[in-house]
Amino acid sequence: MPTPTLPETTDPGTTGSRPPVARAPHDFFWAQAAGRVLVRRTAQAVAVALAVTVTCFIIVQRLPGDIAFRIAAGRYGYDKVDAAAAAEVRAQTGLDEPAFDQLAGWILDAVRLDFGTSLVTGAAVTGELGHHLAATLHLAACALLVSLVLGAAIGVLAAQSRGGLLDRLTDVWVAVARAMPPFVLGLVLIIVFSVQLGWVPAAGHGERGNIVLPALTLAAGLSGLFARVTRDTVVQILDSEQVRFAETKGLGRHVVLARHVLRNAGVTLVAYVGVQALVLVEGVVVVESLFAWPGLGHALVHAVFWRDIPSMQATVLALALIVVVVSTLVDLAVLALDPRTREVR
Amino acid sequence: MSVPAPQRITTAAPDGNPDGNPAGTPATPPAPRWGTPGRAVRARTARLLAGALLTALVAFALLGPLVWHQYSGQDLSQFLQPPSPAEPLGHDHLGRSVIARLAHATRLSLALAVLCVATAALAGTALGLLAAWRRGWLDQLLLGISEVFLALPALLIVLIFAALASGELWTIYLGIALAQWVEYFRVVRARSVSVLTSPAVEAAGLLRLGPVHVLRRHLWPELAPVLLTMATLGMATAVLAMSTLSYVGVGLTPPTAELGLLITEALPYYHEAPWMVLAPVAVLLLLLVGLLGLRSQEVRR
Repeated sequence: MPTPTLPETTDPGTTGSRPPVARAPHDFFWAQAAGRVLVRRTAQAVAVALAVTVTCFIIVQRLPGDIAFRIAAGRYGYDKVDAAAAAEVRAQTGLDEPAFDQLAGWILDAVRLDFGTSLVTGAAVTGELGHHLAATLHLAACALLVSLVLGAAIGVLAAQSRGGLLDRLTDVWVAVARAMPPFVLGLVLIIVFSVQLGWVPAAGHGERGNIVLPALTLAAGLSGLFARVTRDTVVQILDSEQVRFAETKGLGRHVVLARHVLRNAGVTLVAYVGVQALVLVEGVVVVESLFAWPGLGHALVHAVFWRDIPSMQATVLALALIVVVVSTLVDLAVLALDPRTREVR
Repeated sequence: MSVPAPQRITTAAPDGNPDGNPAGTPATPPAPRWGTPGRAVRARTARLLAGALLTALVAFALLGPLVWHQYSGQDLSQFLQPPSPAEPLGHDHLGRSVIARLAHATRLSLALAVLCVATAALAGTALGLLAAWRRGWLDQLLLGISEVFLALPALLIVLIFAALASGELWTIYLGIALAQWVEYFRVVRARSVSVLTSPAVEAAGLLRLGPVHVLRRHLWPELAPVLLTMATLGMATAVLAMSTLSYVGVGLTPPTAELGLLITEALPYYHEAPWMVLAPVAVLLLLLVGLLGLRSQEVRR
């Protein structure tokens, strides 16, 4: 294993009081930093799962009516529910145990990925979750890809013509993308492309072209921020010492852009994907409901509407864990792209 | 990285924005402003326009319900009446006055947004200051709690709360406020820690000037501009969250007048009465543009 020696980067101005850190091989730093990220994110995931589970448990406890009657109705049909059936359910599912024991059982079930059966469809929630997750990931990946390409391209071009027409148009685009509520944007797209022009189906899933409108709606909102971040980062890098040196050295404009600017901008852009994960999940909830896309967001809104707490718990958990997973991947990607972040803090 | 920042000519902040770096903190190198005076003037006009727009909307929200106070009275003989001078937006499918409903909806949105943001900002700032001041286990505990909220998108928190009780205003208020406090907590805590460890505050401590002095003279000038910016952004988020929830069908329930509900209700009659859809959409957009435009103080290069 090669052991490249790191240049001394300790800045006496800011770290004077810190004892000198023993320099270790490059790979060691990378592994250590990655380990820190994983520990922090795992703790976050566990805490989120616990919080969501406990909240859902509290909601079930305070739901109006007796949950035993509800479950009995789901099992035997509404006309066969009586006090005896409810009592049987209560004994079987442990609903007569103290609340604390129930909560413990509930958490254990969640750990085993067993969220029970949907109060509406009667099917196992975990099975349905897989389909929803696949649909959501499909949509989110398409939207993220489109918005990244679009936003980065617009941003780089705008940065090249600082203060020019394209730059101002980007400003307008960023402002519009930010002020436009996703559901209004979705409606506009439906009216224009589906009702007036008839190019793509308005809503649904399974046909070709179904994904175009929801993905575009999601991507439009995200692309504004990507464009703004790219533009500002590229401008900042273009002003930096290393780029000025590269130009002084006689490198062509495109070489400077490809070699010095884009990699540096990439670090910032990737970091912003993590920020956007939250926006993306929120957008997924809205856009899926609007376009009847059978993903997690759609399922969540239905679960909330019908007070289907098992489904709600599972979908909220899945969406929150998507955020954590995306954040983890982004953290690791930034570590891989930018050696500066690997230093021991 | 450690190269001293080269000398650059920097223009001063256009509106006397207190450049809140207390003496002694390692100030970030002054951002090079790619600035012509024209840019600053344009930014100021944009902010003035946004302010005027918001004032007009607030006036509509406050005075509108006084002029058109009947927002839920039905009169089926006036089914989809087109606009007239007395009723600038006509009547909806149940014969209700659209402008009255719109005015009430605007008032509801603005009031809820102010309430949510005030609650979230107050709680977040207080906890952030507490964490920065006490450090130790309390800081770690609050940080841990905020990590949980960081992984939960605001809309999910509001949705969970919406499941607690259907269509009640307090669940939405609580949900939005709970979703937003984290932001204030994180920002206030981070800024306060750097202020509290600065030599200036250390000197104040040596002079026995007390916590009130530190709060007023050191922390507040640093935090106030940031909090203001965050508050306008937070209001936009709150307005948006509320209308989105009712549009999707899990927020407030009819016959409440709410911007998202108005859009949902009017959509089936889009061909007969497009103004019924366009009016709430326009109000929603103008509200968001006004709120976002207020904070156009972004550093541009």
